[in-house]
Amino acid sequence: MAQQLRPSKLGSKKPKIDWSRREEAENFAKTVKLYRQGKVNHDTFRRFRLQHGAYGTRMTDDYAMVRIKVPAGQVYPNQLEKIAQLSEMYSIGSAHFSTRENVQLHWVVLEDVSEIMHALADVGLTSREACGNTVRNVMCSPLSGVCDKEAFDATPYALAVAKFLLRNPLNQALPRKFKFNFTCCEKHGMIRIVDVGLLPQIQDVDGEKQKGFKIFLGGGLGNKSFVGHQLEEFTPLEDLLYTSIAVLRIFDRMGDRKNLARNRMRYLVNDMGWKKFQNLVLKERALVKATQSVIVKLKIDDVESEIKRSISVNNESPSIPDGFARWKQTSVVQQKQKGYNSVFIGLESGDITANQLRVVADLIRKFSGDGVARNGFTQNIVLRYIHDDDLANMYSKLIESGLAKSGSLTMASAVGCSGTTSCNLALTNSHRLAKEVQRKFLELNLDEDDDLRDSSIKISGCPNSCGQHQIATIGFYGGGGRLGKDMYPNYTMSLGGRFDKDAMLGHHTARVPVKRVIPVILKIIELFKQYKQPDDTLDKWMYRIVHGNESSEIKSVEDIKKIINPLLISPTKNDDSDFYMDYGSDTSYHTITGKGECAA
Amino acid sequence: MTYTPIIDHDLLREEIKKNNVRIIDVRREQDYQQSHITNAVNLPLAELLNNDSPENIAKIAGDLGISDDTPVVVYDDTFGALSSRIVWALQYIGHADVKLLSVTFSQWKELGLDITTKVPEFEQSTHSINIQSDIMATVDYLEKVKDDKNVVIIDNRERLNFLEQHIPGAINIPYRTLATDGKIIRTKESMRNLLKNRGISEDAEIITYCGSVGTLSGLAYYALKSIGVPNVKLYVHSFKEWKNLEKPIDKQENASYWDLSAE
Repeated sequence: MAQQLRPSKLGSKKPKIDWSRREEAENFAKTVKLYRQGKVNHDTFRRFRLQHGAYGTRMTDDYAMVRIKVPAGQVYPNQLEKIAQLSEMYSIGSAHFSTRENVQLHWVVLEDVSEIMHALADVGLTSREACGNTVRNVMCSPLSGVCDKEAFDATPYALAVAKFLLRNPLNQALPRKFKFNFTCCEKHGMIRIVDVGLLPQIQDVDGEKQKGFKIFLGGGLGNKSFVGHQLEEFTPLEDLLYTSIAVLRIFDRMGDRKNLARNRMRYLVNDMGWKKFQNLVLKERALVKATQSVIVKLKIDDVESEIKRSISVNNESPSIPDGFARWKQTSVVQQKQKGYNSVFIGLESGDITANQLRVVADLIRKFSGDGVARNGFTQNIVLRYIHDDDLANMYSKLIESGLAKSGSLTMASAVGCSGTTSCNLALTNSHRLAKEVQRKFLELNLDEDDDLRDSSIKISGCPNSCGQHQIATIGFYGGGGRLGKDMYPNYTMSLGGRFDKDAMLGHHTARVPVKRVIPVILKIIELFKQYKQPDDTLDKWMYRIVHGNESSEIKSVEDIKKIINPLLISPTKNDDSDFYMDYGSDTSYHTITGKGECAA
Repeated sequence: MTYTPIIDHDLLREEIKKNNVRIIDVRREQDYQQSHITNAVNLPLAELLNNDSPENIAKIAGDLGISDDTPVVVYDDTFGALSSRIVWALQYIGHADVKLLSVTFSQWKELGLDITTKVPEFEQSTHSINIQSDIMATVDYLEKVKDDKNVVIIDNRERLNFLEQHIPGAINIPYRTLATDGKIIRTKESMRNLLKNRGISEDAEIITYCGSVGTLSGLAYYALKSIGVPNVKLYVHSFKEWKNLEKPIDKQENASYWDLSAE
């Protein structure tokens, strides 16, 4: 308990980029006061609050959720320690890693938000434009720079775009939020489900190798989801910024500002038709290029950081700890740099305690050759440049602090948004359900099953898609079901979603009562085992089914539905009262929601 | 000079040199025996909590060689909460010159300051009892004033405990909020700012409470005293007593916030 007070450590890597502006904290404190005095109206205040990264909290005006942006997912040990401290001072003693590389502090007293902003400025972090109708956190694959399939490291470009757009007047009041994702390769990023997705490419131009991107536009998940379109064969580096500006300008000018339910850019693209939108972007880009009064360039810092295996490491535990092989198989990726690995630390639904955050900071200093970690895409933390010889040692440290869950890279690590734990829109406790699913998978050793490895389970607490259920092999979103007058939590299940080069959204298959979700998942796995081809994976099998190409008895999602149907029948409340309670609740279920803020 | 309840570590070193002060180490006996600040005597908190009647507090003080005008400084190795409870107990029986050390024992060591294994010799003394009832809130008192607009009730437990249940009308300032890097209590400026942001007037009557024995809320008591808030009371038996007596309790409804914690 005493360790919170230790002085900050010297000698570790410090952030290169300062994303903060201290005066924003002062301004926030003042504005909260004016709001409480009734001198700023509710709508104005809400827009202001969201612009600064403070989201509303379930059924109360007293608390906020502070969303800390981590551009390109790059997070330094001193930043993790600061977040640990802030979680104890102003939040619930734990932090939440999101699916968009943000770190969230929940249940913060609105009046304390400015103190958090001050403290974040001490370590160069900001929550600015983490919510609201702005360009949200610019993401980059946690394997960028170490992935053996990438053309080049996209990280410096992701950081440069984030830096150019943060606080840029260009995107302070867009029709709706706007998302950029950079990736390393097709497999590891989510480039087709965002407004702008970027895949590094190297192309021969007149005999010279030139860097650039494949850019995908107009994708996105939500109540209605779309897969992004590729703008052109190859976008050279010098057009990266112009293309980004052009797309933002078109969206700003033509996006729907009235209909809150369908004003993401993907609707504009869909309504207009891709060809027309594509032409518009290319024309706008030419215009942007021609009319820039000064040449605007991204500041790219692509100086490669020095990789040093930490000399402080010694072989404290020469014996291999139990479970090491399983953990290594399911949570570690070999890097293209020989002898080094990226370790995925899985967190249940993205939750991590203050003490665990401090442990992660220590581990980065001790073991990571580049001294900085990455936030992953699935509510996890990735430590890179871990030397082969240090893996066992690091694993024992992770065990000590409860961070050694195996299966981070497998279907076992289910994603769950915050759900009814704090979100105004949530209908169900998706957060807890994801934890329950993960625990069951680990209990049954399903993380070790290579046939399931590339599949995923993702859960949202409402039809919106913070949990990204539409791109999961098995996805769920929450709602309410009813038998007579009795309500129970009920999830809509979709099958066969994916985000790679064959990106598609899952097929809605059935409504599954919450307490039947785990039996239904296990039933589907059982069917797969029964009907699979040799060398099949769940992912491939499901792909054939949703495309009608499966030759076994299970030919369509309808066939799956028929088999699971008996599991979906509701018992009466007298026969099974537990059926009517959500996970994490000991009272009967009823739906309560407040006003959503995404659209504010 | 106005009373300040915190003594800086440099100042304490001077006082030690002058042999002018009785230092109390509020850790377990075995920790104390391993090493402690020069001249410190040991008083594990449990000894006080076993019987915190004014008579017993006075007896403990006397046994430690503390008479009515002995300057006293108290430290612990948690984050100042245990020592706060001792300081408050001594003040409650009327001891005027008693202070918290600004750092914990670990921080003292990290600063490279003198420690020893030597147990000091001292003569026993006697201490009078002059109850300062205005620094204590009883359950009856709290019930009487809790709806008074000029009274602010502060709950110093962690946020999740507060969300789950609290005294109606209380506001939550978790004890972790009170510290700063390397010191058990934040700077005066940032303490004032915290109150200002929360809209708490320094002229209000403030009552602090925590889980059971008034340690975390004791720290809050001295954080408030450090900036000179005149009217602060410690509800020393805190939420445990309130709940046992089945007094009204509020909670944050319609959210399963507890599931968000990584237990």
